[in-house]
Amino acid sequence: MTKPINFEQLQETLYHEKMANGLDVYVLPKQGFNKTYAVFTTKYGSIDNQFVPLNKEEMVHVPDGIAHFLEHKLFEKADGDVFQDFSKQGASANAFTSFTRTAYLFSSTSNVEKNLETLVDFVQDPYFTEKSVEKEKGIIGQEINMYDDNPDWRLFFGLIENMYKDHPVKIDIAGTVESISHITKDLLYECYETFYHPSNMLLFIVGPADPEAVISQVRENQEKKPFTDQPEIKREEVQEQEAVFRREQELKMNVQGSKCLVGLKAKDPYKTGQELLKHELSMNLMLECLFGKSSPHYGDLYDKGYIDETFSFDYTAEYGFGFASVGGDTPEPDKLADELKHMLLDAESAVTAEKLDLARKKKIGSFLKALNSPEYIANQFTRYAFLDMSLFDVVTVLEQITLDDVKRVIEEEISEDRLTVCKVVPKS
Amino acid sequence: MTYVNEMKSKHGGITAHIVKTEKFKTVSLTFKMLAPLTKELVTKRALFPHVLLRGTESRPKTADLRSYFDELYGTSVSADLTKKGERHVITFRLEIPNEKYLKDRTPLLEKGLQLLSELVFSPALENGAFLPLYVTQEKRTLKQRIQAVYDDKMRYSNLRLVQEMCKSEPYALHVNGEFDDVEHITPQDLYEAYQKAIREDQLDLYVIGDVDTDQVKTAVDTYFKTEERELQPFERSAANEQPDPKEVIDEEDVKQGKLNIGFRTNTTYTDPDYPALQVFNGLFGGFSHSKLFINVREKASLAYYAASRVESFKGLLMVMSGIEVKNYKQAVTIIEEQFQAMQNGDFSEDDIAQTKAVIKNQVLETIDTAYGLAEFLYQQASAQVEIPIERFLDNIEKVTKEDIINVGKNIKLDTTYFLKGTGGAS
Repeated sequence: MTKPINFEQLQETLYHEKMANGLDVYVLPKQGFNKTYAVFTTKYGSIDNQFVPLNKEEMVHVPDGIAHFLEHKLFEKADGDVFQDFSKQGASANAFTSFTRTAYLFSSTSNVEKNLETLVDFVQDPYFTEKSVEKEKGIIGQEINMYDDNPDWRLFFGLIENMYKDHPVKIDIAGTVESISHITKDLLYECYETFYHPSNMLLFIVGPADPEAVISQVRENQEKKPFTDQPEIKREEVQEQEAVFRREQELKMNVQGSKCLVGLKAKDPYKTGQELLKHELSMNLMLECLFGKSSPHYGDLYDKGYIDETFSFDYTAEYGFGFASVGGDTPEPDKLADELKHMLLDAESAVTAEKLDLARKKKIGSFLKALNSPEYIANQFTRYAFLDMSLFDVVTVLEQITLDDVKRVIEEEISEDRLTVCKVVPKS
Repeated sequence: MTYVNEMKSKHGGITAHIVKTEKFKTVSLTFKMLAPLTKELVTKRALFPHVLLRGTESRPKTADLRSYFDELYGTSVSADLTKKGERHVITFRLEIPNEKYLKDRTPLLEKGLQLLSELVFSPALENGAFLPLYVTQEKRTLKQRIQAVYDDKMRYSNLRLVQEMCKSEPYALHVNGEFDDVEHITPQDLYEAYQKAIREDQLDLYVIGDVDTDQVKTAVDTYFKTEERELQPFERSAANEQPDPKEVIDEEDVKQGKLNIGFRTNTTYTDPDYPALQVFNGLFGGFSHSKLFINVREKASLAYYAASRVESFKGLLMVMSGIEVKNYKQAVTIIEEQFQAMQNGDFSEDDIAQTKAVIKNQVLETIDTAYGLAEFLYQQASAQVEIPIERFLDNIEKVTKEDIINVGKNIKLDTTYFLKGTGGAS
């Protein structure tokens, strides 16, 4: 049964139904928009490189970059490329792979029903051949090279490598030219069969749609397909140390300006649901008080010439890993790193009730802005749902967080042995 | 069907464009200042918007000003620079939550309009010029902004192509100005450039959101006091250019080579064959069903990206791809063959229909964001024409195969630029 859920303050209504095969389907009607955006996501990303394949007993270790490789190959079918089908139907399609998810999406302003059928069908109908797997290695090799030349990407991954000793989050999502050379058609099928069962997936549709009609379309589509119930997926739980793996790393690249990021590794990254939501938002509020554009720290660092407009900060929490990152382009990477570490270790003095209220207002406003974007709603809702949280609780929880909550987060999370620095500096 | 209801009104020197729509939870204010692109002014025009965002007459301290943004529920304020052919556009953007969705229902829009007006028209001053501290600091940031292009090889190779291709033309100027010109700018010079811009630029204000049109007009009259001015007539860039094709190769220590090829289209935004140019580009390299994507990426596995785009006001068509150095000749050959195929009309009616459908989809998706809608509407204001979205789409729909072949005949290869990587050898 389809259940509508009302969010009065935000003036939104969300429709949900769990299909018989376990697939969660959500529809958020958005009147006035031309486009419908749909994203079909599996809870399977680059970190899932050790698992027990479906109908087997033993844990296997698959090549780095295989989830991303699979994402590329799913678009290819016996009779051609699904991109072609979408564009014939006036849609634009795409896909992405993150640490924890692989998502397939389209947006279109016409033929929505047809495009939705194409999306669900192509993701649920793999067609891998040895020949097409080999051909893809050249294309993905160029994608890897492109990222290798990108100093911001290298800086970000360098920071994660510093933080994690054993957890697979440290592995580049696309893998390496060497690791993808070991990918075969059979390995792709093994990953597909294990992770693409409907019970491990979520479909989110947002746009000027009739929610009942969309949900019954998906229901009919799914009833035609012979999915059998699948046992819970066994993924390897990697034991990761609390402290960072490496305190500092410097990457020499062909750049004119330097870059620096300071990372803070999350202490106990096994929270889910409301606990995680409150934790994540408290961390974000803390960072906003500390480093937001109106903060004394920001003004001070800018006056000294250590930062420019590329300066940013973020906190990411997933199941099994999490981290904050702060920094940007800087002519003084060492001085900036020292200042940022110092500011983090002394965070308590920068957070006051007055600052917290301003940060809260800013976050609520940013959230409203984000809700203008169908892409944001669909992708973030999915991420939140996979972690047992609800995107539409954000404002309510933001309003509840107290100064004590933020101080507790500072007390628990910030410690010198969980801080690390990554720099990109010019070669010569 | 009417997609957008744009209400225009004159307020002294400003044209207000109000679009009332209920689909957004915020109201977007976009203020545009347009002037000719010249070496003399480009750097100063890239600098003063950032000085303006540092302090106003009533809130001269940056931290106070930014706390006020936070106070207005994180109203975001930014400035950026673009080129519309050989004209230079300064854009201020301010996005303010609609209080309808907040617990606190204090009206915010009027405060937003007042804030935007103070930022642009009432800067913090000292001795009849901008504050020297802000000018010094923003000069430093501007230098970093100009330099940052070098470290993003995709943007850098595109910049190098334009520099080589348009060597003696104003279009070669960098949108953020010239690095060597930054240092000499004084607070006084900068203030004069600012005053000239306020006096002479074409000024347009876009207000997009769930607003009361009359209330916005009254607020614009109250807060935005500008003198009427003569607009510079819109001149289309020189047509019928017959370049001698040239090849430029730079060597850099990077893994992936960047191939950028520039053509002259001899067709610009206001020309009758502009819709045909859009369809030409869509078939050639605009999308994932286009010839470049299919042949460079899917068939030859040479690249992850291979695409083309049109510069509507200068009349350029630019191809971009990232490839291995050893595949340079092969990639250039494939791209040239595909361009030839386009000129020969080697595409079907189905291909044309598919491309039109995707262009229509792209336009309608663009106007689903306030940012995209403001930019789409500003194409018209900056060219001093009116082409409503319905007519724009209709013009695309009417394009025939013959039109595409004809527009293709005017497109001439100009410059092939290769940023030659070392393949990670060093």
